[in-house]
Amino acid sequence: MAADTGLAVSAGRGGFDARRWGAWIVSVGIWFIPLLWIDVITYMTLTIAGLTMGALLFLTASGLTLIFGLMDVLNLAHGAFFVWGAYAGFSLLNYLNTLGWVEMASLGQSMGSLVLTLLTALVVGGLLGILLEKIIIQRTYGNHLKQILITMGAALVMTEIIKVFWGPNDEVILVPAAFKDSWDLVDIVVNKFRGVAIVVGVAVFAAIQLVLQRTRLGITVRAGVENREIVQVMGYNIERIFTGVFAAGAALAAMGGVMFAIFKEQIYPGMGDETLIFALIVVIIGGMGSVAGSFLGALMVGLAFNYVAFLVPKLALGVNIMIMAVILLIRPSGLMGRK
Amino acid sequence: MSEPTLSLKDVHTYIGQHHILQGVSLDVNAGRATVLVGRNGAGKSTTLRTIMGLYPVRSGSITLDGEAIQNRKPFHIARLGIGFVPEDHAVLTTLTVEENLRLAMFKESEDGWRRMESIFRLFPDLKRFLHSKAGVLSGGQKQMLAISLALVLDHRIVLIDEPSKGLAPVVVEHLGKSLNQIKDTTTVVLVEQNFYLASQVGQDYFILDDGRVAHHGLMEDLVNDHALKRKYLGIG
Ligand SMILES: Nc1ncnc2c1ncn2[C@@H]1O[C@H](COP(=O)(O)OP(=O)(O)O)[C@@H](O)[C@H]1O
Ligand SMILES: [Mg+2]
Repeated sequence: MAADTGLAVSAGRGGFDARRWGAWIVSVGIWFIPLLWIDVITYMTLTIAGLTMGALLFLTASGLTLIFGLMDVLNLAHGAFFVWGAYAGFSLLNYLNTLGWVEMASLGQSMGSLVLTLLTALVVGGLLGILLEKIIIQRTYGNHLKQILITMGAALVMTEIIKVFWGPNDEVILVPAAFKDSWDLVDIVVNKFRGVAIVVGVAVFAAIQLVLQRTRLGITVRAGVENREIVQVMGYNIERIFTGVFAAGAALAAMGGVMFAIFKEQIYPGMGDETLIFALIVVIIGGMGSVAGSFLGALMVGLAFNYVAFLVPKLALGVNIMIMAVILLIRPSGLMGRK
Repeated sequence: MSEPTLSLKDVHTYIGQHHILQGVSLDVNAGRATVLVGRNGAGKSTTLRTIMGLYPVRSGSITLDGEAIQNRKPFHIARLGIGFVPEDHAVLTTLTVEENLRLAMFKESEDGWRRMESIFRLFPDLKRFLHSKAGVLSGGQKQMLAISLALVLDHRIVLIDEPSKGLAPVVVEHLGKSLNQIKDTTTVVLVEQNFYLASQVGQDYFILDDGRVAHHGLMEDLVNDHALKRKYLGIG
């Protein structure tokens, strides 16, 4: 959808623009190249894994890109919200399990547990986000170095608190029964939770786009991304809008955290660090401030990671950094970023 | 004459370490068009931005109809009834013309849409490009939109910073006519380097120089005071 718009705009009024079409064909075609070395079944399995990873990454990156774009805040505490979401969900699932709603759950109960878990993560992330923004971030506007140092500090503290409450070790997070098994689609085995993750990722993307494009709040946020001064002198309390966006970003990260944890069936206090690196790559590829760009970027990173991890495991992270470098060379502001 | 609507008394503003406004005092009377003139770097924009709360006031006072407004947040000052059109045709280029105007309207209201209609009479181009991104407008059209954004609400005062900057002479001509219509219904404070435009629109003038008010009075007197114009504006 997002790529479509870019095409329509650049192709102009009805004219056939060979260069644009070329770029379009190359950017789609490139994803079929792994078929040269991988058989179709494995390729499909990797593709689904890649889309799943993309959807999960998008949840975390979407909040990060909004916080960058609107607030110009480099938030390295984003990974900590991710971990808090995962642990909050972990505890809730343990509790729900004592009611028989997780490991023994029917389909309805499984869905109910998942929805409750996601809501809990959203609320925990949102509240922590408000707290961090009001106490710390507000004092760092306009100063990137300060932001980097102070949000890194905040992330460390938040991770240490996790260790105090939940201990430093890996834990197994429970998965609602209905999402444990797999579908068997003509030899391609699809874990059901992967399907759920893709659906949740697309739904969140659609919801964010709907709010940003269709509501007055969304127009205000987009306007603030472009020029906060104009928005202020129109009478909007930009600080409150900032707090709201920060909280929303933190909530999305927390939701991404618990989704990721259920996907991996595992949690540990350091799980935010790796995700933060991936999310940063996604945000830079997509263009800071662009949610649609992050969506595309997340899918690219997810797919590339999975194909390459299968072919040349050692290059899995490197290939994403390479993609980032290539895109920055072609478009310095990212896929859909503003100049 | 009655109490001024907007009044600055001995206002000092720092930008970083720099002491930019060094005791600006000026009064704006309701229903009149006041222009601020002076050389580049005299402090005209800083004065408007200080009124809007975009720079903190170090000392001195700013009152709007008797109420102290210095060091309030910009959004609060806007809500108290001061509209601001920043320098360099400030519009939201990634939004459509309609989205720009609706954002400025704040809440959908009968009154807002009525005012919108009169804005379209003033600047018909805006109606034609209602659904285009503001980024594709010409410089003149952007400036018209920027001004309109401050007219959508019924502000007590509208501050406009150098609307003619970078525009072709014919466009400036048109702009002057529009500003003259606007000033019939709105109290306007205009910063303008183009002295011809300033003299067409302004009724009261203040000359700023090195962060202070060097002179003020009626525009009709300034127009004929060639010595004063030569000294502070480099024209005459
Ligand atoms: N952001 C800034 N940082 C430092 N100095 C500034 C800044 N903005 C303006 N100034 C200085 O303040 C003085 C007044 O600027 P300004 O109010 O923009 O003048 P004018 O609008 O009359 O041309 C100038 O000397 C300018 O260099
Ligand atoms: Mg200026």
